[in-house]
Amino acid sequence: MERVAVIGVGQTRYEQGKRETFPELVFEVATKALEDAGIDITRIDNIVSVSSDFWDGRTISSMAIQDAAGAYGKDITTVEGDGTFGVLYGMMRILSGSFGVTLVVSHHKGTESSMNGITNTSFDPLVERKLGLDAVSSAALQARRYMSKYGVLEEQFALVPVKNHGNAKRNPLAMLPMDITVEDVMNSPVLATPLKKLDCSPVTDGACALVLAADREAKKLTTPAKRVWLKGVGHCTDAYRLGDRDLADTRALKKAANKAYEMAGVGPADIDLAEVYDAFSYMELMWLEGLGFCDDGMAAGDMERGLFDFDGKMPVNASGGRLSANPVQVAGLASVAECVLQLRGEAGDRQVEGAGTALAHGINGMCGQSHCVWVLGK
Amino acid sequence: MGNRVGVIGVGQTHHASRRLDASGVELIAEAVTRALDDAELTIDQIDAVVIGNMDHFENINYVDMWATDGLGSFMKPVFKVTTGGTTGTTVGMCGYYHAASGLFDVVLAVGWEKNSESDTQAAIATCANPVLERDPFAGAIGPLATEYSMYMKAYGATEEDAALVAVRDRNNALNNPYAHNRMECTVEDVMNSPMLSYPIKFLDMCPRSDGACAVILASEEKAKRLCPRPAWIHASVVRHDYTHFGDLEWQWMPTLERGSAVAYKIAGITDPLKQFDVAELYLPASTTGVKWMDSLWFCDKGGAPELIRKNTFGMDGVLPINPSGGVISTNPIGATALIRIGEAAWQIMGKAGDRQVPDVNKALVTGFGGCSWSDIMILGADLP
Repeated sequence: MERVAVIGVGQTRYEQGKRETFPELVFEVATKALEDAGIDITRIDNIVSVSSDFWDGRTISSMAIQDAAGAYGKDITTVEGDGTFGVLYGMMRILSGSFGVTLVVSHHKGTESSMNGITNTSFDPLVERKLGLDAVSSAALQARRYMSKYGVLEEQFALVPVKNHGNAKRNPLAMLPMDITVEDVMNSPVLATPLKKLDCSPVTDGACALVLAADREAKKLTTPAKRVWLKGVGHCTDAYRLGDRDLADTRALKKAANKAYEMAGVGPADIDLAEVYDAFSYMELMWLEGLGFCDDGMAAGDMERGLFDFDGKMPVNASGGRLSANPVQVAGLASVAECVLQLRGEAGDRQVEGAGTALAHGINGMCGQSHCVWVLGK
Repeated sequence: MGNRVGVIGVGQTHHASRRLDASGVELIAEAVTRALDDAELTIDQIDAVVIGNMDHFENINYVDMWATDGLGSFMKPVFKVTTGGTTGTTVGMCGYYHAASGLFDVVLAVGWEKNSESDTQAAIATCANPVLERDPFAGAIGPLATEYSMYMKAYGATEEDAALVAVRDRNNALNNPYAHNRMECTVEDVMNSPMLSYPIKFLDMCPRSDGACAVILASEEKAKRLCPRPAWIHASVVRHDYTHFGDLEWQWMPTLERGSAVAYKIAGITDPLKQFDVAELYLPASTTGVKWMDSLWFCDKGGAPELIRKNTFGMDGVLPINPSGGVISTNPIGATALIRIGEAAWQIMGKAGDRQVPDVNKALVTGFGGCSWSDIMILGADLP
């Protein structure tokens, strides 16, 4: 199988209340990604937009941004879900032999959306939706189940935002760099017990773009320093209804991760840093277990021992994670972008020394129903 | 290069204006079950799933998650793609790229819509820029009416030419047990039907339907092993235009012209009228069945009315178009373009029942959507 590389990365600053329109955000990051790759738009032969009619409040979400993405006269398609899935489709299109260079671009303006209303429509319209469930309240149910199954404490959840907001201080793009303590998290307002405000990711605006290239194109267009290879990927979905799942079970993630590791020919021990989906504090712990970095129920202990700190054995969310900036859909693309910057050695103050293999993770649906796992390497 | 890919199974629901007997997930299950039966496969043999529809019709976020039980995607890889009217071909093409990439061997592609639960035109209107174009171009009919008015003025096409297309597609639907509207129809009936937006009348226009379609695609080795006569994908091409309706060329269909030219080149088509044995085209109104024929290289610009008047595209014509009855007979929007792929595949596989065109070797498929976007696929009985 031919290899596919990421050769360009472009991101906005992640913040609230951006004044730019969707196309302006897309134009900014597409331009930056092309500049980073050292190519112009004529070298892009297809575009994958990662966007959502729901969050945009506009039907056919790619239509508004296609000019800005340089899609006139080309093929632009839309993956609706997390950016990690958009990267997957971008890679598939290259591996099919039909395309050589793909622009994957995602935009999100959380401040123009209603998180509660939009995530409520993810639930079954006849029963669960009527209960008022949304991303936060369903996550609270999952957090509670995880606590009761493994005896994890709220104070242990709080270690995650303390670490990730601290990491964000080294990332100029992150929205919420903060020095906080476990006490601060515990004392922040309760949103849905056991989750407090500082356990939850913020509403965020932003955009991110990646340029993917087939092996032959990547070598022609860029220097080795710019190339980071997509080495392995896996995705898998669990049951839809919350009641049909043990919410503390990570079987879909385990299956996705194993596939990604197998394809890349590595195991969890070979990963030098990971960007793990952490829209809610407890999720980082659960997903670390699903990704094979610790046994089930053991992530909180490992977190306490500092294994996942910036200077720990394997830094997790060195970027600050979704807790420090969570533009939905864009988030997964930003995770892959962060891995690319780290592997290139271009991560500035947050550079993880000697990073050779990195993992990026994104989810679709409520309570991590579906997962996409990437292994990237130099 | 990637794998060659063939369609090995197709399933669709019985489409209707209101399928009150089935929920959206049940419609999906109906199509998936029929596709598996058609391919003689079980769900365990499906390696990956892709689904699409338009969010604002049913107001269900993360449809790929919600539809798990209907798709049979539990503990399988799945994601969603969506591009408006072209969603069906987008889904079919995404299935194609899954198998062509070498990452998956047998892929289930599903499109669906339950328009009876939607305010379809209001939802479509939100595709336009909210400040500049949402008012004048609200809904799907306005732009289509505008482009045919300009075509009539430029080339002397008539409302009756469009009516001939409507009569062709609507009478073809009588042979299709899955079609939503099955009605005998004359040019007079079309001309006398209520005006929607000049020159498009009620019987010129597509309905909004409830329905789903599922297509199973497989990489070359698997397709040969699993299916006696796969419908091989010879070309898959998409072309887009500008974002704003006001920026478009209206007298011809640039995306269809450019996209089909590329697809024909890939598939070795030099004389489309002769080399294709059947076509399933996304013609959302009968008027497009006139105007867009120019852009598919069947004739010079302005030549379409004459071809229509000579019955070139009838069931007994040179190139039968839409034996299924087409989009003006059946339109579950997210499934509509995927039905084109499914029907074309069935024509090649010899499974099209009463609407079968004899000896189909090559079939042309199109999708239409967005801001005059075009998707083109070419399917063939021989390996590409």
